[in-house]
Amino acid sequence: MIYDKSIECMDRKSLEALQSERLIWQVTRMYERVPLFKMRMDEKGLKPSDIKSIKDLSKLPFSNKQDLRDNYPYGLFAEPLENVVRIHASSGTTGKQIVVGYTKNDLDMWSTCVSRALNSYGISKKDILQVCYGYGLFTGGLGLHDGASHLGCTVIPASTGNTVRQMNTMVDFGATAICATPSYCMYLAEELESNNLRDKLKVKRAVLGAEPWGEEMRKQIESKLSIKAYDIYGLSEVLGPGVSYECECQKGLHINEDMFIPEIINPDTGEVLGDGEVGELVFTSITKEAFPVIRYRTHDLCRILTGTCSCGRTFKRMGRIEGRTDDMLIIRGVNVFPSQIEEVLLKYGEGITPNYQIIVDRVNNTDTLEVKVEMNEGFFFDDVKSIELISSNIRDSLRSVLGLSAQVTLVGPKTIERSEGKAKRVIDKRKIR
Amino acid sequence: MKVKQVSIFVENHKGALLDIISILGNNNIDIKALCIADTVDYGVLRLIVDKPNEALSLLKENRYVVKINDVIAIKISNEPGGLSDALKVLDEANLNVSYLYAFIGSYGNYASVMLKVEDEDKAIELFKKNNIKLLSDEDLIKKD
Repeated sequence: MIYDKSIECMDRKSLEALQSERLIWQVTRMYERVPLFKMRMDEKGLKPSDIKSIKDLSKLPFSNKQDLRDNYPYGLFAEPLENVVRIHASSGTTGKQIVVGYTKNDLDMWSTCVSRALNSYGISKKDILQVCYGYGLFTGGLGLHDGASHLGCTVIPASTGNTVRQMNTMVDFGATAICATPSYCMYLAEELESNNLRDKLKVKRAVLGAEPWGEEMRKQIESKLSIKAYDIYGLSEVLGPGVSYECECQKGLHINEDMFIPEIINPDTGEVLGDGEVGELVFTSITKEAFPVIRYRTHDLCRILTGTCSCGRTFKRMGRIEGRTDDMLIIRGVNVFPSQIEEVLLKYGEGITPNYQIIVDRVNNTDTLEVKVEMNEGFFFDDVKSIELISSNIRDSLRSVLGLSAQVTLVGPKTIERSEGKAKRVIDKRKIR
Repeated sequence: MKVKQVSIFVENHKGALLDIISILGNNNIDIKALCIADTVDYGVLRLIVDKPNEALSLLKENRYVVKINDVIAIKISNEPGGLSDALKVLDEANLNVSYLYAFIGSYGNYASVMLKVEDEDKAIELFKKNNIKLLSDEDLIKKD
């Protein structure tokens, strides 16, 4: 199913003309409205009139997550708040969140992107879609919800948690499609099996995203549940889920190029790489009103695939995410930066950051987070109660800062392995297959 | 009057305790009393030694997390009811005991009890008022 053939299958020449026109519009309005963008343009001696087509895209300055932090919360908005109808947020590298906004038009465009994705998976208005993404500041829940409502699906806004109720709802309400993180879907598959509910399930398709996954996991999910599982990609700073989506060919994710121009760059030099080369994915949003970005560095590593797909779409495709250029971890769908954990530990270490190690694993298809903290004088007392109080305070702070529960283990001094004098901070035992 | 106690963080693994005790023994530091609080992940070793400051720097050199802190030491008679007389004093004043440990002198007539209580100054005052003998660092380390 193709939601909008006139756009998704548009010939490349017309598509590029449309992109050029929209890029010029975006650059011009951002130059007038976003002081940081104007400053960066001025530094390069660039005027909006220097941008004549998408061929000039590589002249434009990059933007990154730090910009959002420096201009927290609304400093990069290109519309006054009275035109902003929705706020979403995700975790930043330290204490403060990354805040993004949407106008009414932005929400409509977002819904269009999600509708295209759902149609492409074979989901239509006849489907009953259970959304098991979290509802709230996270873009996942409401993004999928709005898109599916726009398409006319019967939406079950289940949100996250309470697996028993999720399963009963799924069976009793006759859900035909579900949306979740791949690891939660895997967990659901096993729980459905052990509760003998698999045969009662009407689910035919799963929309999975918000964390990296691979073909091995897809095979397992598809065979365990006898369904088709599709990838959906997005990030809050660019849109949320729906920036790109798979089609029935499952050979890469089509990027909604009428709204987002992708580039692949060398993460060290910023140089634009050719199609097919692996590098850092960069997006420019050419239709967003409230929170547009120019050449936003995602830190996701992947390749771009070109050529008309067997499904008929002309939109370029992105391959699976092959890694990150920064130290961000995605744990149970939540973005986690080691610096956030360090900030919490600093607070309890009487000003000294203790040596620590973050251990991420996947046990029974659920991500686990353990923080090992080396004991030091700042944490140590002669009575166990005081030590236990500190470790439970660290646990509570981590939960409130990260939105995730972590196991805190106190270990002896100098027991965390070091490589060349520097402690190895993160051990990710998960294998993305 | 308070006495100095050396507390050490001990990991739960084979040989951990032996290593600490050997360091002290090899350096001629005499352990007068000892107590371990154990949890699932780690233990806290508390020691009364003849040279606490020396023990502290030695253990720190050997990369242990160590602290010196004060506890109260009292002398009680080594007979039924000896300890309860002292504890009754604290109980009547609603003072909680965080932990305590005891050892018996070489003649066996008396026992020494190390106590960690919420309000140490108040506890000392109460012991004095009730004629319970408080011990000093010197009292603890001298040979009977």
